[in-house]
Amino acid sequence: MSRHRVALTVNGQDRTAEVDARLLLVHLLREKLRLTGTHVGCDTSNCGACTVLLDGEAVKSCTVLAVQADGRTVTTIEGVSGPFDGRSAVQEGFRQEHGLQCGFCTPGMIMAATDLLRRAPDPAPQSIRQNLKGNLCRCTGYEMIVRSVRWAAEH
Amino acid sequence: MSLVGARVVRKEDPNLVAGRGCFVDDLHPDGTVFMMFAGSPEAHGKITAIDVREALETPGVLGVWTAHDFAEFPDLPQGADGFERPVLARDKVRWMGEPVAIVVAEDRYVASDAVNAIDIQVEPLPAVVDVLAAAEGDEALLFEDHGSNVITAVPANDDLERELAKADQRAHLEVRNQRCAAAPIEPMAVLADWKPDGLTMWATVQAPHHLRNQLAAWLDVAQSDCRVIAPDVGGGFGSKIVWYPELFAAPLLSKQLGRPVKFAQTRQESMMQMTHGRDQAHSLDVGFNRDGTITALRMVVSQNLGAYPDPTGLGLPVLTTWMAAGCYRIPKVSVSFRTVVTNTNPVAAYRGAGRPEAAYSVERLVDLVARCTGIDPAEVRRRNFVPPGAFPYEVPHEQAVVYDSGDFGQALDMCLKLLDYDAVKERRARQRFDPEAPLVGIGLSSWLEIGGFGPNGSLEGFGHLGSWESAHVRIQPDGSALVFVGSSPHGQGHKTTYAQIAADALGISFDSIRVVHGDTEAVLQGVGTMGSRGVTTAGVAVHNAANLVLDRAKKIAAHLLEANTADIEVSDNAFNVRGTPGRAVAWSDVAWASYQPLSLPEELTAGALEERLYQETPNFTYPSGCYGCVVEIDRQTGEVDILKYVVVDDCGTVINPLLAEGQVHGGVAQGIAQALYEAVDFDADGNNLTPSFLTYLVPSAAELPDFTAGRASTRCPNNALGAKGIGESGAVGAPPAVVNAVMDALADFGVDHIDMPLTSEKIWKLLQVAEQ
Repeated sequence: MSRHRVALTVNGQDRTAEVDARLLLVHLLREKLRLTGTHVGCDTSNCGACTVLLDGEAVKSCTVLAVQADGRTVTTIEGVSGPFDGRSAVQEGFRQEHGLQCGFCTPGMIMAATDLLRRAPDPAPQSIRQNLKGNLCRCTGYEMIVRSVRWAAEH
Repeated sequence: MSLVGARVVRKEDPNLVAGRGCFVDDLHPDGTVFMMFAGSPEAHGKITAIDVREALETPGVLGVWTAHDFAEFPDLPQGADGFERPVLARDKVRWMGEPVAIVVAEDRYVASDAVNAIDIQVEPLPAVVDVLAAAEGDEALLFEDHGSNVITAVPANDDLERELAKADQRAHLEVRNQRCAAAPIEPMAVLADWKPDGLTMWATVQAPHHLRNQLAAWLDVAQSDCRVIAPDVGGGFGSKIVWYPELFAAPLLSKQLGRPVKFAQTRQESMMQMTHGRDQAHSLDVGFNRDGTITALRMVVSQNLGAYPDPTGLGLPVLTTWMAAGCYRIPKVSVSFRTVVTNTNPVAAYRGAGRPEAAYSVERLVDLVARCTGIDPAEVRRRNFVPPGAFPYEVPHEQAVVYDSGDFGQALDMCLKLLDYDAVKERRARQRFDPEAPLVGIGLSSWLEIGGFGPNGSLEGFGHLGSWESAHVRIQPDGSALVFVGSSPHGQGHKTTYAQIAADALGISFDSIRVVHGDTEAVLQGVGTMGSRGVTTAGVAVHNAANLVLDRAKKIAAHLLEANTADIEVSDNAFNVRGTPGRAVAWSDVAWASYQPLSLPEELTAGALEERLYQETPNFTYPSGCYGCVVEIDRQTGEVDILKYVVVDDCGTVINPLLAEGQVHGGVAQGIAQALYEAVDFDADGNNLTPSFLTYLVPSAAELPDFTAGRASTRCPNNALGAKGIGESGAVGAPPAVVNAVMDALADFGVDHIDMPLTSEKIWKLLQVAEQ
């Protein structure tokens, strides 16, 4: 198997790694860079638990090869912060509106919501539902996630 | 201000929203190796050869294990006699994906390569996946020596044929409660690290002490040397209280290899290896009078157990038949059941575990009675409810079932009001004959379930140490408090809920209370989180233990203040003397004094402000409620759109309305998903047709509606908090409301029932037939 050297910026820091060609970005993040906030919940790109920002846009990091991230910028949940006791409005919205229960899908959900609010700062509830349909949550039934994103839009 | 009942945001969340949670697969001690199963390529057959040579030659592979490597160890715990499940399939495979071999490799990629390199030769036998076919035929026998696929059978005392015949009218219904997957977003994961001084195991489970008890016995080690930790658990819904082989194999291999061994399923592995839920077939008969009163009910249940009888799987139809009559006063009830093995994943608890199946059937029947009599479904319900004055109410067919309290009419009235029932009925009538407009249907579900597991003896049968739950309240020298609980959560928010209960009882601020759970070395003993028991057992334990601590703290405060204990009041982190403003001592001073014998009254000793309690409970609890659903069905596509979903719950005392709302939403979402989208399907050969989220359709935000919530409230008379539990309510109550609504919309198409999930394909076909 061919080995490749990748250099990328993760949460503002320059990182390099020696990786197999087949290594997924999510495993580079979790296992080589030890950024375990990004989770894996499926193997078919349905659940979105692995969502990160790649050059500012939400991607499912289980569907990106680590080598494809070479020279690019990645933001993971660990790189998200803001004025609410260190939390961003999206993170704080999830806390205020009980947008999470077990918390496993949450980092991916927050990254997808962050991407949505960047594109559409004031989305209607139906638009939030449509835009987050690539992220599955088994605990909340989603209404409180919708409220969480609205909270973020309003703050 | 009382915190019980207050909307308090969670202590759990700052970690979880920052990606600073700790799930099993996030842990990676130095030297960790990865374990993976090779599964059976056939649903049923004899293993003739397992060729592991290529796997063993794969660089990075540490070893391959098969059944004979576990010959000295018992089968997995708590199997039914003669039907025990081996750690790895021995001689025979009984479902596709059943673990046959184990690979351990340096990482998950190599492990996967090696698994793919293992050649498992199986001589196929005929397979059977359907519960009725398996029960009634014998061409595919899973356990040949037994001579049948029926494992247990409990006949009816009386089939009530005479009572049914006596009624003005009778109706018959055959329903399937289809197989579902709990599908927690975090699949099973285990990390076992067996060091010379003992085993530490992190596992994504709902009951770490329960696992510790079984695992230590299986490994033949002292429980003191076997520490199980459930860190953050990414959902469970009943599927993580099962004795999966990885829980036993990983520690053993860690000992053999001298390395930490990790197992973390992919989704496909999870769908193929974890237990499933539901999968019951019901044959139902109901007798009723022209005024809609139900006089007799007969329920015959066939439970698909999958390939091996799981202890909770065997218990599912017990709970179903217990709850056969739901919230109705039906004078004569006949129940019987059989449990049946098939060539499918084993079946165990899934949110509601036996009660959703009961609620679904009785709620479908009530609608059938309404249809037959022409009486409004709401009115039929009202005419048959157990009235508020009848509690405690013992059901006629099962002594163990005594409904504690409820007001089913109150919940129904509120539901109808929130639905705007008359207005939606008008809309339904308006659109009925308008071919341009979608069909409208209205469905109700007046459901009742069992929570608060349970009274002594109720969980012991499933191998639990007890049916109590533990709490351990300890005041630290600075006046903050640690609360250890035996109930270990998977998203419920125990750190928040129990801190609210403790804060109220102790008069210590919420922020100064830390709840500890999920570690067998930190927490006394514990049972676990399942059966809607978190608040009614552990919550009550925290309340009662905290009150015992407070009694002693008041004695210390009285001693320090030279006052009578009876005059001491506590609030806002301080003790005051009633009627004497200004005479006060801070909680922190009392706490400090509690560790100083010279500061204590004579009857107390150092460390007095600590209490350990095993809370027993006299009865199950019976959460109830009424859900209402309005659907539109597209006449061209058969697609169901939920216009409105009303949830009215009665869980007794609510500790935290925010978290209670979350529990209901999540449960209802799973119930709607069962009604409309989800089903685990196998083909006739036992191939799993739904091994991923591409085919097993867990709904997204785009498919689910907003919920309109009301609340009914009747206090539980059997515990100090008055709480009934709410974890499973939504999943119990939700499916019949949706299905009743869809069947209502299709009322003119000459069909009484279609089985879940009510996919647009099924409905479209039905509409096509009707059109011709």
